[in-house]
Formats: sequence, C-alpha cells, structure tokens
Amino acid sequence: MLSGENIVKSVSDLLHQLYAMVGLSAFKGVLDPIVAAHVMFGFISVFVMFLVWMERKVSAHMQSRIGPNRVGIFGLLQTVADAIKLTIKEDIKPVHRDKIPYYIAPIIAFVATFAGMVVIPFDKGMVVQDLNIGLLYIIAITSFTVIAILSAGWSSNNKFALLGGFRSAAQIVSYEVPLVLSLVPVIMMTGTLRLGGIVEYQSQNHWFVLYQFIAFFIFITSATAEANRAPFDIPEAESELIGGFHTEYSGVKFAMFFLGEYIAVIVSSAVAVTVFLGGWLPPFAFLAFVPGFIWFMIKLLLVIYLVMAFRWTFPRLRVDQLMDFGWKVLIPVAILNILVTGFCVLFFGKGV
Amino acid sequence: MLEAVVFYILAAALLGFGLLVITRTNPIASALSMVGAFGALAALYALLQATLIAIIQILVYAGGIMVLVIFVIMLLNLHEEDLKPMKARAGTVLLSLLAVFGLVLGPVFLAVFPKGNWKWAALTNDFGSIFTVGEKVFSDYLFPFEMLSLLLLAAIVGALVLSKRKL
Repeated sequence: MLSGENIVKSVSDLLHQLYAMVGLSAFKGVLDPIVAAHVMFGFISVFVMFLVWMERKVSAHMQSRIGPNRVGIFGLLQTVADAIKLTIKEDIKPVHRDKIPYYIAPIIAFVATFAGMVVIPFDKGMVVQDLNIGLLYIIAITSFTVIAILSAGWSSNNKFALLGGFRSAAQIVSYEVPLVLSLVPVIMMTGTLRLGGIVEYQSQNHWFVLYQFIAFFIFITSATAEANRAPFDIPEAESELIGGFHTEYSGVKFAMFFLGEYIAVIVSSAVAVTVFLGGWLPPFAFLAFVPGFIWFMIKLLLVIYLVMAFRWTFPRLRVDQLMDFGWKVLIPVAILNILVTGFCVLFFGKGV
Repeated sequence: MLEAVVFYILAAALLGFGLLVITRTNPIASALSMVGAFGALAALYALLQATLIAIIQILVYAGGIMVLVIFVIMLLNLHEEDLKPMKARAGTVLLSLLAVFGLVLGPVFLAVFPKGNWKWAALTNDFGSIFTVGEKVFSDYLFPFEMLSLLLLAAIVGALVLSKRKL
C-alpha cells in the first residue's frame, strides 16, 4: 500500500544500499541527516515557488485580474524566471553597513525557519526526526528570526530599515506569547509535545479544531503576525517604510529573506494542520485509502490559502491597534481558554 | 568518536563566541556573539541528551532575553566616540585570569578530580524529558519553584512601578 511510512522505508533502504556500494556504510549516521536536509530543501524550494505563484493568482483573483499567465502553463514558471532574475541580479550593498551582521542576517532568517521543518510529520513515520518536544522545538528555533530581522535592520544603516526592524521585533515578541498560550490547552489534553503523538490522539478522538476553535483562531492570527504578513505587515509597510528591514538588501540576500518568510508561513500552517486539523488523518474513515501525506498537503494548502486570503481582504493595522489587539484581546482570551480547558480536563478527565 | 569531534567543534565555537563578546567594541556585535555562544551551549546540552534544557536555553536566552538586550542597546543611542577600544594592560589581564582560575575554576577542579573512580549511571529512557522535569518541579522542588515565580512577579511589579511612576 502506498503510504508515507513505506516510501520512507524503501528510499532509506535504497540509500543504504548506495552507501554500501561506495563503501560508506560506517557513516550512515552522518549521511542520513544530510540527505534528509537536502530532500527537505528541494521540497521546500519547489513548494515556495509554487506558493509565490499561488499567492499572485489568489491576489489576482480577488482583485479581478488574471495574474501571471505568460511563462509556462498558467504562468506556473513565472516564479522560476523571477528566481533566476533574483540570483543573477547585481548585489548592491550600502557603503556604511555593519559588515558581519549584514551578511549573517539573511542566513539566520532562512536557517531559523527552515530548521522548523525537521519535526513536521507529513505522514505516519514520514518525518525527519519526531522529537518528543517537537512543538517546543519549533517555537524555540523559529524565534531566531527576530535576531535576524533586528540585525538586518541595524546593520543596513538606514532609518527605514531600523524602524522596520524595531517594529518587527516588537511585533514578533508580543505575538509569540498568544501563539504559545494557544497551544497550551492542546498539550494539556494530549499530554505530549510530540507532533506525531498529537495526531495519534486526534485519530482516537475528534480533531482539535472542534474542541479548541478559539485556540485555532488565536493560533492562525498570531502565526500570521509572526510571519509579518498582511494585515500585520507594518514592519515592511511599503507606504511608510519602503521595504522595512530588507530595504537595503538585493539579489540573493533579499531572496533569502523572501524564502524565509514563505517557509515561516509553511511551518506555522503545518503546525496548525498537525495540531488542530488532524495532520495526516483523513476527514472521514471511508476516505482512508488516500495516502496520509496527500491529506496533509491538501489541508496545508487550504490553511495557506486562508492565510493568503487574509492578506488580500483585510486592510493593514496601525502599530497601536496591532499591539492593543495582541496584548489586550488575544492574550487574555488565550489565558481564559487555558483556564476553561484546565477545568474540563480536571472534571471530565483526559480527552474531554 | 563522532561525538568527540562534534563536542570539540561546539566547545571551540562556545569559547570563540565568548571571547568575541568581551573583545568587540560595538555592543551589537557583542550581543550577537552572545547569541552564538548561547546557541553553541544549547547544542552542547543536546549532545548530552538533555534536549529539554537545550530547547529552553534557546527559547529563553537566545529568543527572549537576547532580543530584549539588543533592543535596549539599540535604544541607547551610542555614538562613535563612546565606543573607543579599551587599552588592555598585561597586569589586568593576568590578574583577571588568575582570579577566574583561582576563585571559580580551581575549586571546581579540586572538588571534581580527587574523587577518582566514577560510576556512570546509565541514562534512563525518560532522562531530562518534560515529564520527569515537570514531576520534580511540582513535587520535590515545589517550594523553590513557587518562590522563584514570586520573585519574578515582584520584579515585574517593580519594573512597572519604576517606569510608570507618573501614571
């Protein structure tokens, strides 16, 4: 039967035969993660290219335009052309930049979000490393993006970039709190931080979006804010700040920020799918013949579509509105949600 | 073998970043090197199978505290002339090295080395897991834990009172 577990098994068997042929079997422990990282990187780059195309199509649809339709079928190769253009562009650098932070920032921005992909379970057993504190790992590793954004804004030596960096750091730090708090009720109910374990819990009960709709809403909202996307994109509000923290970046370095931003969307949507929408589980039992990773991708694309629809339907918030919404609405609601869930777990036992 | 290689790479990175923290004149560079040092330390914890501690190290120090530190440094509005490199005198360096080894590292070595034959306990399956840590925190160490949270609460209230005096 076609399932994620079997695919992973046959691919890794093939790989190990290959190692044996070249005589590298002893280094299996080192080579496997390297191969996994490359596979993940290939998947992510193609997926991001597709998402950029999708974003442009969605926005075009919402604004009654056609969108990209010249390069390839339905304009599908437009992003490939754009990516080639970006990589061969001249790399313009500000003269008075702070050299080391300026170069490191795009790398951190990309690596920090990409590292989050390690624990995402695409199917039962189809995961690079199902850490037993996976959820905490994702939250921790993606919080490095703040440092990237701050050092990018600072080292560019440009007032717009600096303002954008500050705004972004304030926003990410504030929205990290409701983001984490919205996941706490789920952890309380499942009793595990392992993403695979959370999905297994949902296979015996209902999906968490039914129990924890408020948490789902808080999570999607704060994840959108964390990824600096509209309507929370004040860090790069082009009408006031030109481009925000990446004003002074061009060529490949800009592409790294861009890639990091889309990977952040993918990672947070994947967490939303895993935690609230049942991960690789089919919506109805009779649909179980469709492999799990296809269900995962369908749900992932739906959540990403939702996030994209936010961007093109809501107007951008003001800085004070943004902070008020985070601190005075989302955090108290999230804490109340934890309290109510705590009582439910206490009185009705595990699993509501 | 492999673990030793990784350990020495990480240890070198940790010491290198630590040196950068105290030798850079630009405070932003120092703060960024400190983030690097915390990252290397977290990786060392992960090498010792203490994944929870590693994650907390990144989450709290690299992700939270260092962001605030960088924020404060950027708001300080330092000028070029405030950032002149300090002249290092050989005597000062020697004295501080002596103090570090004599007062901090020396006693540690003295306490650790005489006890020759170590008995290494095998790691249990749930070593350092969130369950065991949580169990310990809420049973054996409940009182210190609660005291710590009280202390943090007092710090928050104090910070609010100091900054919003005119409210």
